[in-house]
Amino acid sequence: MTDLLQPRAIGQGLVRRDGEAKVRGTATYAYETPVDHPAYAHPVQAAIARGRVTRIDTSAAEALDGVLAVLTHENAERLASTEDRELAVLQSPEVAFRGQLVGVVLAETSELARQGADLVRVSFAEEEHDSELTVDHPALYKPDKVNPSFETDTAEGDVAAAMATAHATVEQTYSTAMVHNNPLEPHASTALWEPGAQVPLTLWDSTQGVHPDRAAVCEVFGLDEEQVRVICPYVGGGFGSKGTPHANVMLVVLAARALPGRPVKLALTRQQMFFLAGYRTPTIQRMQVAADRTGRLQAIAIDVVEQTSRIKEFAEQTGTPTRMMYAAPNRRTTHRLAPLDVPVPSWFRAPGECPGMFGPEVALDELAEALGLDPVELRIRNDPEVDPETGKPWSSRHLVECLREGAERFGWADRPPARHRDGDWFVGTGVASSVYPTMRQATSDALVRFEEGRYVVEIGAADLGTGAWTVLPQIAADALDVPVDDVEVRIGDTRLPQASVAGGSSGTNTWGSAITVAAREFRGKFGAEPRDGDEVTGSVDQAAKDTEHAAYAFGAQFAEVRVHADTGELRVPRLYGVFAAGRIINPRTARSQFIGGMTMGLSMALHENSVWDPRIGQVANHDLAEYHITVNADVGDVQAYWLDEHDPYVNAMGSKGIGEIGITGTAAAVVNAVHRATGIRVRDLPVTLDKVLGGLP
Amino acid sequence: MDAEISLTVDGVPRRLTVDTRTTLLDLLRERLGNTSPKKGCDHGQCGACTVLLDGERALSCLALAVAHDGAEVTTADGLATEGELHPVQQAFLDRDAFQCGYCTPGQICSAVGLLREVDRGWPSHASADLTADPQLTAAEVAERMSGNLCRCAAYAHIVPAVQQAGGVQP
Amino acid sequence: MKPFAYTRPGSAAEAVREVAVEPGAVFLAGGTNLVDHLKLGVARPDLVVDVRTLTSREITDLPDGGLRLGAASTNSEVTADRRVRERYPVLAQALLAGATGQLRNAATTGGNPLQRTRCVYFQDVTTRCNKREPGSGCSAVGGYTRYHAVLGVGSAMPDPTAPETCIATHPSDMAVALTALDAQVQVLGPAGERTIPFGELHRLPGDHPSRDTVLEHGELITAVDLPPLPSGARSAYRKVRDRASYAFALVSVAAVVAGEDVRIALGGMAHRPWRATRAEALLTGGPLTEHAVAHAMEVELTAAQPQPGLEGGNGFKIPLATRTVVATLRDLTAEALR
Repeated sequence: MTDLLQPRAIGQGLVRRDGEAKVRGTATYAYETPVDHPAYAHPVQAAIARGRVTRIDTSAAEALDGVLAVLTHENAERLASTEDRELAVLQSPEVAFRGQLVGVVLAETSELARQGADLVRVSFAEEEHDSELTVDHPALYKPDKVNPSFETDTAEGDVAAAMATAHATVEQTYSTAMVHNNPLEPHASTALWEPGAQVPLTLWDSTQGVHPDRAAVCEVFGLDEEQVRVICPYVGGGFGSKGTPHANVMLVVLAARALPGRPVKLALTRQQMFFLAGYRTPTIQRMQVAADRTGRLQAIAIDVVEQTSRIKEFAEQTGTPTRMMYAAPNRRTTHRLAPLDVPVPSWFRAPGECPGMFGPEVALDELAEALGLDPVELRIRNDPEVDPETGKPWSSRHLVECLREGAERFGWADRPPARHRDGDWFVGTGVASSVYPTMRQATSDALVRFEEGRYVVEIGAADLGTGAWTVLPQIAADALDVPVDDVEVRIGDTRLPQASVAGGSSGTNTWGSAITVAAREFRGKFGAEPRDGDEVTGSVDQAAKDTEHAAYAFGAQFAEVRVHADTGELRVPRLYGVFAAGRIINPRTARSQFIGGMTMGLSMALHENSVWDPRIGQVANHDLAEYHITVNADVGDVQAYWLDEHDPYVNAMGSKGIGEIGITGTAAAVVNAVHRATGIRVRDLPVTLDKVLGGLP
Repeated sequence: MDAEISLTVDGVPRRLTVDTRTTLLDLLRERLGNTSPKKGCDHGQCGACTVLLDGERALSCLALAVAHDGAEVTTADGLATEGELHPVQQAFLDRDAFQCGYCTPGQICSAVGLLREVDRGWPSHASADLTADPQLTAAEVAERMSGNLCRCAAYAHIVPAVQQAGGVQP
Repeated sequence: MKPFAYTRPGSAAEAVREVAVEPGAVFLAGGTNLVDHLKLGVARPDLVVDVRTLTSREITDLPDGGLRLGAASTNSEVTADRRVRERYPVLAQALLAGATGQLRNAATTGGNPLQRTRCVYFQDVTTRCNKREPGSGCSAVGGYTRYHAVLGVGSAMPDPTAPETCIATHPSDMAVALTALDAQVQVLGPAGERTIPFGELHRLPGDHPSRDTVLEHGELITAVDLPPLPSGARSAYRKVRDRASYAFALVSVAAVVAGEDVRIALGGMAHRPWRATRAEALLTGGPLTEHAVAHAMEVELTAAQPQPGLEGGNGFKIPLATRTVVATLRDLTAEALR
């Protein structure tokens, strides 16, 4: 049990502290940092999927008036570490995927940099490439671990035997598409290298964590942490793609070091982001589910096939939710990877849980149908009392309550019959569960200082739109027992105490815990009337840490789908979610997190698909006109609710992470609703009209 | 190649020499230091660069600066006057109609343009009757705001914010 | 982006002369497509001649009861015009189904029909494309064909290495409506003025897939004339797309029903807006039952060649086109009965 904070500021729907700057557009993002006389960088990319650069002619670019430098593998500085091959930019002529960086042009203006990049002539020796994921790819292998450090495979009991004898079974293959994070702010930076200065490298970078970002830069360039300052007050969305630095960050530092004293700006173009900024691997999920007559699961298994790049492994943990979501005596999860000549996959909002709550949650719907059982009831009947994987009790688990409240709010009991037609539209409803683990990172420090009558809290945290600027003061205020207006929080700078990455929905948990430790220690040391300058630093590792319980947030999502009887066009007029995610610190920003996640899930269900062209080895639709993300008109009535959940184990705030759970399960709810509306079961995402057209009357 | 142009940006007259290739967006951001309009795609596919160009909402990434000599440009920053937010900006704050904030200035300029278009009776794809005066319904706002992508997906809050600013109870 | 000179001549005639004598010159109007292509390197002009303010922006009544849309009128202005909304709903609907408020404020009557294909390979200068670089081949064949043609292409999977191969579609919604309306294009060229029936403006790829239209270098659209529709005529535009808004058509239908006369134009199906003349001939004078319309479309689409490719290819467009035409004419007929 932790010593829970008495909520006073916590629970208030305060308006975002950074809100006014954002609605005016005066909040400065990385590329926008005002600096004197910047140079502009534009990358040059490989036009083959595998092979090597045989010749790179930079003369025309260098001859262009206003071009300051052209860097290639032939003249770029040697990096201290090339171990991470994604980050080892311009170090060798090898090309490992199409679109890889082979050069960069620095110029006085962005127009000249781009023109210069256009003038660099690159010859390649092309080798045969293999970039197509197939379920039986000959090179499939078993990674040692899956992201970040989960067991690759798990097994208990005998799934095959249960499948052979159970009353009802479902055995199907489901797949999710390759998808790109596409934050609206591209991956962008401003970098300044001042060789004589005490801190020679200043990097304004769009990152989900200034400290992890700095650590990666230091590793690659062989710099000490004291030599590098990373600044990032605002992030224009990340969704995981700015959680680990990609090659663009190393490129801009390389460029800045080639132009000492001159700030260098680099923003990837939207098109380049489809090659260089990470993405979610496509997944192929073979599901086996078995149940007895009453709907009690006898077996559940998922065998996952995914891809990684040949130069760097990333193994999405798609099978992990199947390990803990429902009780079944016989269970199996496996992950296999195909190493391909493709860009490096990485984190995308809820890695693991997002794709991993698609196959299983559709399979359950199919099982409910086979059993003639309501899919809400089926889930309720299989709610496990303890974590099936570890045997630990739950810190709190209110999935059943979410399902019941969601059903009530949505009007599930009165839902239209299957294949109901309303005018030109078939109407159906679907349900799925949501889940996300409650995680806390091992390192983060916070400083509390009394300064001119106010409490200043410093921590190198990041606000990607999540609300950290607003939420952290609420936590600090309650921990210090002062009005929230008396607290100022400073984030987004490596000059502040070290903080963990904003990822895994762990930010508020981790940073809030460190702040609480520091605040309590501050009060313990200086009492209620501190003097100006009194300060204390606290660390998350001093916070109570529960290891006896399995901690997850849960939720239930309900979707209404309409399918046009003539054209198969799909609409989602209603999407409701009910979540049990511990104490909600700021209902205003939390609601935005939930509906944002759910809507991104809707986008995944209906739209998002990086169409891989294996002939040339790239995403064919690599821009925002052809790669569709949901637009306003696709979104109807999206509502998020939450239970008043009290979890005494997770942290002093009683809060669980909420940034990612909203996107889990949504696509399954939509697919299940499409089936209810039309009788057509779509098992590969996204659900587009061509996949239902043939089954319409 | 360079050309000389005049522009009024957020009420301030400017006289500038520009590369003929420079877009209004890059001119604002990289020459004038006005980074309120954002670069999200640079190809007219996201709406983050939306400004008011001679009063109408426009994509500054697809406008060559040289072709808009004499134009009046208003960015989201220019909508706020003397410390007072524009009603659309206030509504976005009230409704938490954004998260990361990167698409927000474009959304706001787009909404200001949209309200004027509705006032003038312009129809949209969502208008059942093309000849009737459009109402500020949720469906109308959603369709008319569809040129502004929001990756944080605040759409369900953007629609009522625009309705609120337009004087309609969401 | 390569550098270019920019000029804004004093008149349309002067602009035409300037472009005509300079092979590397292009017209600039709203810029929504050209500026996009300048950045992609798809367009690499030496000279950009700005005509945005040189042609008429007015929408005027014609003596025959039709309307003249000045080439500089914006898509927004055309849809806002009461006469267009009342008399040519198919055109207003087509424009409103296209792009976004911001783009419609910039795009013009003269420019919209001249926008170029959205073929992803055409837009990517690192791939082969006969339309962008004549003779280089076609990357779309067997590739991402979801938005590609099924009509006006010789075969499924034409030879990707042949210089004439192109399976691109024309993306303009407005052009589909203007095709169904039998609009007339007023053109000013170095040799003077001429009028082109809208249905003859756009080409099939033929031997020159790089050419989208029959316009010669230096020819400028100055206006588009809408002939009057017979009284009682009804028209509609139906666009089927992958998002509810802001997406190009998979299939679209512009339909006009005027007494015995039925006109159908299809978008998203071919290298140009596709006038379904065979279907029209079968339906003219007869009852517009669902069965009759479906049969007529079946005949129209007998020559269709579904293009295999990634994500299952584009064969779905054939049933989709028929179903969309049936639905559109059903709605128009029901409207008539009210």
